[in-house]
Amino acid sequence: MGDDAADGASESDLAQNDGQRFGRLPTTAAERTVEGRASREEVVDYFADRFAIPPEAFDDYTFWEKGAGKIWIYGGDAPSPITIEAIGMTCLRTRQEHWKPTTDFVQRFGREAGECVIELESDEARAFAAGEDRELERWEGDWGYLIAAHRIAGALEPIGVGLYVHGELRSMVPKGRQREL
Amino acid sequence: MEPLERYRPIVDDFEAFLDACERPLGNAVRVNTIKASVDRATTVLEEEGVGYEGVDWNPRVLRLETDSPGSTWSSFHGFTHGQEEVSAVPATVLEPEPGERVWDCCAAPGGKATQLAALMDDRGTVVANDSNLGRISALRFNAERLGATSLAVTNDDARNYSLERFDFDEFDRALVDAPCSCEGTIRKNPDALDGWSEGYLDEVSGIQKGVLGRAVQATREGGTVVYSTCTFAPEENEAVVQHALDREDCRIVDFDLELEHSPGLTEWNDEEYDDHLEQTARIYPHQNDTGGFFVAKLEVTA
Ligand SMILES: C[S@@+](CC[C@H](N)C(=O)[O-])C[C@H]1O[C@@H](n2cnc3c(N)ncnc32)[C@H](O)[C@@H]1O
Repeated sequence: MGDDAADGASESDLAQNDGQRFGRLPTTAAERTVEGRASREEVVDYFADRFAIPPEAFDDYTFWEKGAGKIWIYGGDAPSPITIEAIGMTCLRTRQEHWKPTTDFVQRFGREAGECVIELESDEARAFAAGEDRELERWEGDWGYLIAAHRIAGALEPIGVGLYVHGELRSMVPKGRQREL
Repeated sequence: MEPLERYRPIVDDFEAFLDACERPLGNAVRVNTIKASVDRATTVLEEEGVGYEGVDWNPRVLRLETDSPGSTWSSFHGFTHGQEEVSAVPATVLEPEPGERVWDCCAAPGGKATQLAALMDDRGTVVANDSNLGRISALRFNAERLGATSLAVTNDDARNYSLERFDFDEFDRALVDAPCSCEGTIRKNPDALDGWSEGYLDEVSGIQKGVLGRAVQATREGGTVVYSTCTFAPEENEAVVQHALDREDCRIVDFDLELEHSPGLTEWNDEEYDDHLEQTARIYPHQNDTGGFFVAKLEVTA
């Protein structure tokens, strides 16, 4: 994250991220106590800026980090930090240049997205779910991570995350989630 | 089928029971209302050409006419989850409400934990625990696929479970879907009875008593605990509930169940159980053409 260097003065006061436990994201970057940790505000802004998911969609949820940059979204009660196996579901990978949402997150929250959603035809959708990459020249929006969706039973339904570069949509559906449909 | 002979005296129409146990079971799914309404899920199934049939007692359970329920769009999107029809009973008996704190003591691979989350509109806290780390990965996979954000997953022995890690010290409800001898799954796993022995019943009933006791202790006064197994053995069912009645602050409460079932036993071999055990439910395979299950509902009294 670009703004870490700017926080240089306070950097030495910040704790190192403990990869074994979950820590709740600070509300804003100013309240950060763990080095390199994204803030709730940055996460919500990212979903709004990139996918036009309204920030209110996350009003009832908290965000947590475990491991380096793996962000989880949770709707229940828990103190921070907490050492358990999982808290809600993984939603986003930070601590890398391009943040990357998870397939399961976009399936759960991606219906609210208004931008960077690429609609697939049925054969394209099947290939995507099977983990295949496809040439897709028709996309004229941003490059980078997109929500791949298809029309099913009369409504657009997110399938997963794709990486769009050089006229190609690469399926990011994890191996264990890929299916031949 | 040999081990099942011991239930001849307690099962009505024992021959029909044995016949049913020998018939394989079809594929049932539960609609995951966290991600789709029943309407939307069934419309997707229709579009895909997958036949289905609803069941009378629960609008969210469907019997599918396909051999590969896992390779449908409806499954890929997490609109449906493969779950045996009777295995959807315990969570509905527990009746969790949105916003509550619920403990699923033996939760992996997560069919019932995610059902609890769905019944709560994915609002509140479902602590999904299991002592088997290997099975926890399946639980986590299912929770994510089904989009359950209210689950907190822990890996501990439920018998001496500590709430210290949380910022609350009791649950509103608990589900004990105990490890058991699995006699009732014979239609799904034809080798379910292969390792059957009375010694195993002894061993596993000790674990069941320990988990149920802890569940009652960890639940608030007035809260609800449901105990369930997928087995017929009274040693693992009525005897375990009787043990909790004797030692913990709890009582049996009646519940409605629209599936055909038989009352719990008040005696078995030389043992006698509290009359209230009649308010527990034994579901046999021939009654509704399902697997077998036992369900008891308890109220915590102190
Ligand atoms: C019948 S299965 C649970 C099925 C699960 N409720 C579902 O619906 O998917 C019983 C589980 O209890 C777990 N178990 C066994 N002994 C336990 C203990 N002492 N504490 C916690 N879990 C235990 C097993 O690992 C197993 O996953």
